[in-house]
Amino acid sequence: MAKIHVSTTINGEPLEYLCDASASMLDILRGPLGLTGTKEGCGTGDCGACSVTVDGRLMCSCLMLAVEAEGKQIGTIEGMAQGGELHPLQQKFLEMAALQCGICTPGVLISARSLLEKNPDPTEEEVRFGLAGNLCRCTGYDKIVRAVMETAAEMREAAR
Amino acid sequence: MTEIRYLAPGSLDEAVKAFAAASGAASILAGGTDLLVQMRAGVRQPGTIIDIKKIPALTAIEELGGGAFRIGAAVPGAVLAEHPTFGKAWPGVLEAINLIGSKQVQGRASPGGNLCNGSPAGDSVPAMVAAGAVVTIQGPNGGRELPVEAVPAGPGRLNLTPGEIVVSFTFPDRPKGSSDAYLRMIPRTEMDIAVVGLAVNLSMDGGVVTAARVGLGAVAPTVLLVGDAAAALVGSRLEDAALEKAADACRAACNPINDKRGTIAYRTKVAGVLLKRVAAIAAQRAGGN
Amino acid sequence: MNEMSTKWIGARTIRPDGADKVTGRAQYSADYNMPGMVWGKILRSPHAHAAIRSIDTSKAEALPGVKAVVTAKDMVSFPVDKAVALGIQDMRWMARNMLAHEKALFHGHPIAAVAAINEQVAAEACKLIVVDYEVLPHAIEIEDAIKPDAPILHDFMKHEGKPSNIAGTMVLKAGDIENGFAEADVVVERTFTTRPVHQGYIEPHACTVSYAADGRVTIWSSSQGQFMVRAMTSLLTGIPQSNIRAIPAEIGGGFGAKTIVYLEPVAVLLSKKSGRPVKIVMSRDDVQRATGPAPGSLMTVKIGAKKDGTLVAAKGDFYLQAGCLPGSPLRGPVGCSFAAYAIPNVLSTGYDVVSNRSKVAAYRAPGAPHGAFAAETVLDEIAEKLGLDPLEMRIRNSVKPGDKAIYGAVFGDVTFTETVDAIRKHPHYKAPLDKNPRPGVKRGRGVASGFWYNAGGESSVQVNITEDGNVVVTTGHPDVGGSRASIANVVAELIGIEHGRVNVIIGDTQTIGFSNLTGGSRVTFASAMVATASCEKVIGQLKDRAAKIWKIDADAVKWEDGMALPAGDNAGKFPPLSLKELAAKANEMGGPIGTQVQLNTTGADPGFATHCVDVEVDVDLGIIRVLRYTAAQDVGRALHPSYVEGQIQGGVVQGIGWALSEEYLYDKNGKVDNATFLDYRMPVCSDVPMIEALVIEIPNSKHPQGVRGVGEAPIVPPLAAIANAVYDALGKRFFALPMSPPKVTERLDAAD
Repeated sequence: MAKIHVSTTINGEPLEYLCDASASMLDILRGPLGLTGTKEGCGTGDCGACSVTVDGRLMCSCLMLAVEAEGKQIGTIEGMAQGGELHPLQQKFLEMAALQCGICTPGVLISARSLLEKNPDPTEEEVRFGLAGNLCRCTGYDKIVRAVMETAAEMREAAR
Repeated sequence: MTEIRYLAPGSLDEAVKAFAAASGAASILAGGTDLLVQMRAGVRQPGTIIDIKKIPALTAIEELGGGAFRIGAAVPGAVLAEHPTFGKAWPGVLEAINLIGSKQVQGRASPGGNLCNGSPAGDSVPAMVAAGAVVTIQGPNGGRELPVEAVPAGPGRLNLTPGEIVVSFTFPDRPKGSSDAYLRMIPRTEMDIAVVGLAVNLSMDGGVVTAARVGLGAVAPTVLLVGDAAAALVGSRLEDAALEKAADACRAACNPINDKRGTIAYRTKVAGVLLKRVAAIAAQRAGGN
Repeated sequence: MNEMSTKWIGARTIRPDGADKVTGRAQYSADYNMPGMVWGKILRSPHAHAAIRSIDTSKAEALPGVKAVVTAKDMVSFPVDKAVALGIQDMRWMARNMLAHEKALFHGHPIAAVAAINEQVAAEACKLIVVDYEVLPHAIEIEDAIKPDAPILHDFMKHEGKPSNIAGTMVLKAGDIENGFAEADVVVERTFTTRPVHQGYIEPHACTVSYAADGRVTIWSSSQGQFMVRAMTSLLTGIPQSNIRAIPAEIGGGFGAKTIVYLEPVAVLLSKKSGRPVKIVMSRDDVQRATGPAPGSLMTVKIGAKKDGTLVAAKGDFYLQAGCLPGSPLRGPVGCSFAAYAIPNVLSTGYDVVSNRSKVAAYRAPGAPHGAFAAETVLDEIAEKLGLDPLEMRIRNSVKPGDKAIYGAVFGDVTFTETVDAIRKHPHYKAPLDKNPRPGVKRGRGVASGFWYNAGGESSVQVNITEDGNVVVTTGHPDVGGSRASIANVVAELIGIEHGRVNVIIGDTQTIGFSNLTGGSRVTFASAMVATASCEKVIGQLKDRAAKIWKIDADAVKWEDGMALPAGDNAGKFPPLSLKELAAKANEMGGPIGTQVQLNTTGADPGFATHCVDVEVDVDLGIIRVLRYTAAQDVGRALHPSYVEGQIQGGVVQGIGWALSEEYLYDKNGKVDNATFLDYRMPVCSDVPMIEALVIEIPNSKHPQGVRGVGEAPIVPPLAAIANAVYDALGKRFFALPMSPPKVTERLDAAD
């Protein structure tokens, strides 16, 4: 059977691809589209390394069919920095050493951005539960949580 | 290798026709948080995937007045959480739906999918059972309604006939002094499947329970409506004796298995513990209503 | 060196690999493709234990789109009677782990591999391979594997003259154990079990390889040592090392388990046979089922003490699961459990037990957390029996410089008591703890210590001055936890220039000299030492150039703040020459400036850690949560404090998972029953509190910057610290991990 044609928008750019019905969004991002910043850690929605936004909502791209992207706005880590300028979360993660091996980092950043969009002033507990879908095995989460809270504080200050 | 077809019908009729025509070789796609995992593991190999999210009735949230709601079976938990009033009327149902997986999963997972996955451990199911929610089903031979607890037939099995699709859940009127709550036992704080899940829905008047329903999950082949536990609560002021009797009823209703997520002894014990905790939360909420 | 002003050493600089990692541009093992590439897939055993009578690959080979099929027959053969060592690995076992030879030894054991035009065809081809198995009874747990009538995995293996699943033993002794216990006023003996736990790196193993028409091989993969990848691939394929270029991809976590390979040699064989580049990516299921967890254990520890708390005798029997082939990390529990204490009489014995599960791999301080769980729990009980503060008792018994360690070395600096003291004086240890905060909730506090050897070994570092007068450093070590950031700090400090002018990269096997594995808490120690030697040589070159330009003696030139200066008034008066100026004149004054230093480093003194933890127990549900955690460790010198803290915090949280929720579960067919992140329960963000890392810096006198290894000691104390805290909360001791809710309620409901 012929592949399915999908028209979508990825990181603000209109884009088309062909895919099998069974292909996951993650397969297509990492494969034909070459957007390997989105990582696969489990393929079962349990690690969050493949987190993306779909029409602004946080999802695991491994749990979404690529055909479902038709007409949607997909956001991946490659679109988080604006041109050469890092998102405040990206910058803070660097400054506060909130990454070690870095494989979970794209997913954590996408999740954290989504969290702060909904809740610009989260408590530590809210950050911890907000990021519970993103496994990190290196950092023990300490510096990640601190970096997210610190970014939130700076973004609130900047928005004043 | 078999090719898979993908359909995204815009109407319920089309969906039902396609589902019936596939005679068992199709899978319904709502949030896909179970389906994609099962496909990847080779447990499910559908010939056709029918995406129901383009059907208005499946994604609508309708406020029917008096605390009653109808919600589409494919409404994701995160969308329901953003509804201005649903969570006020049915906080237990909402918290249960939003315990299905991570924030990422909540962006996709729906109560309809949770029910139709057929797992006795689905978080939303005990809460909907306790709520007395009614399922609207559409099939090749027309529509029908079933109480939520009548839908599961066993692990992975449903009392649906070929071609039938779960369309929506209707939650009844909410009398004054009513509320609900759901708790589950998981080893971690997040990201686990319920070892036991329990929901209590109460109506209270002057501190006395006037109506109660108790839904209990992950302790039997299907989610249970524990009538004896409810009966023990009705007429009580949730005194220790009444709670102990209701907890006894929950333990007695358990028919669990030993598996990787819990033992028979542990699950049975926890069912009683949760009954008391959940009833207290529901009562506090009902008192506040 | 330690008195020097430190502008960059100890600074929290931004890591050189950071921007690529936060933007998704960093390339990990699965992110790389090659032109004309095909996909490899591994056929795995559906039986826990079976003899392989025959493998028929003809139908798979005939399937359109299949490019190659390989089995163990395509590998270089390593007969079982002749050991071939590569580091701590034995190629006999590595070969059999990568592709089953005589037998399938665990459910998931690789049997054959296929390369095909895509993953679907490769998977289809795997189904067409016909394997004639003779299914055999299996043994999973240690208790089952050492029973007299246990199914024997390897008929060539004997223990005490009889066929056995005990592959080997390790014994360390001091003094006379019987006399020692006879002197003791109090003796406590307990038996412990721990379950295998997976390293849990988020990046599954993957590789992309090319065997070119001229026999040259390129391997792109992530590992804890590209030279190990090259050596193992060479040994298993017969291709000389000079023809194998192993390029280290960014590594998405390893924690020890990526010190061996599973895929690369197999992929090279497929590439050679198919004439195409081959990519293989493991699924999470593959990773959990068939890559090394840390061993489970069965341990008995007996310790005797005098009334005043002086330890007089210690005996340990440590049975560790090796998995299906020999090689559990016996030196962990056998050597580390009692190492921090001056105990005159010790008998420590390890047993390497094979059973039908995947071969274990290193995991952060391999074997040491097991032993510390047992020994530090028994010590807690002794302290309690004697009415002593558990930290006081540890200080009283600390080894001293010059003491001979049970494992043979003589202690140089010993900084154990400093870690204990740091906890003792910390507000956490002194803070009041409400042990009964609410009905049904109990709280407790526990402490424990840990020891790890640390290591030196081979490292190579190039320092090259660019034509525009900046610095590029190349090391031979994959960076798992921020080693590039640390080395950038060291080099900026030593050359005396702004940190931003130093770039650190990791070389591949053909561009940098041999460098041993990233493991054993050795990389920052060794590579900082070698980078220092490289910088000294480069500074020597720079001084020579300045001397030539000024036409004075090289000894009359000094190097300060990134500039050559006349060493004193006698040297003459010259304006300083900056690095940029010297670089610009490099070619006319003798050619490019740069060097590579290769050393086998020594002087890595052991690491000590002491931890304090508060837990809360939901008594009715048996759920234990960690409320507060403080971890003290002597790190010698923190070259980059953030990544030192990160190592400690990460190690502690892995320890929390090990203590409370992680375990391997098998079904009755010997198949892993929880091979997903859903049911293999690693701590998530909401499970843990902030982890306070108390970084103690007592410079290691044998290292130019004073570095001591950091990465492993942090995972040693948590298991016992948490168990001791749970005892403080509940009044019942737990001797089995994990302390999962059903086990906690069962223990609480038990009569004793």
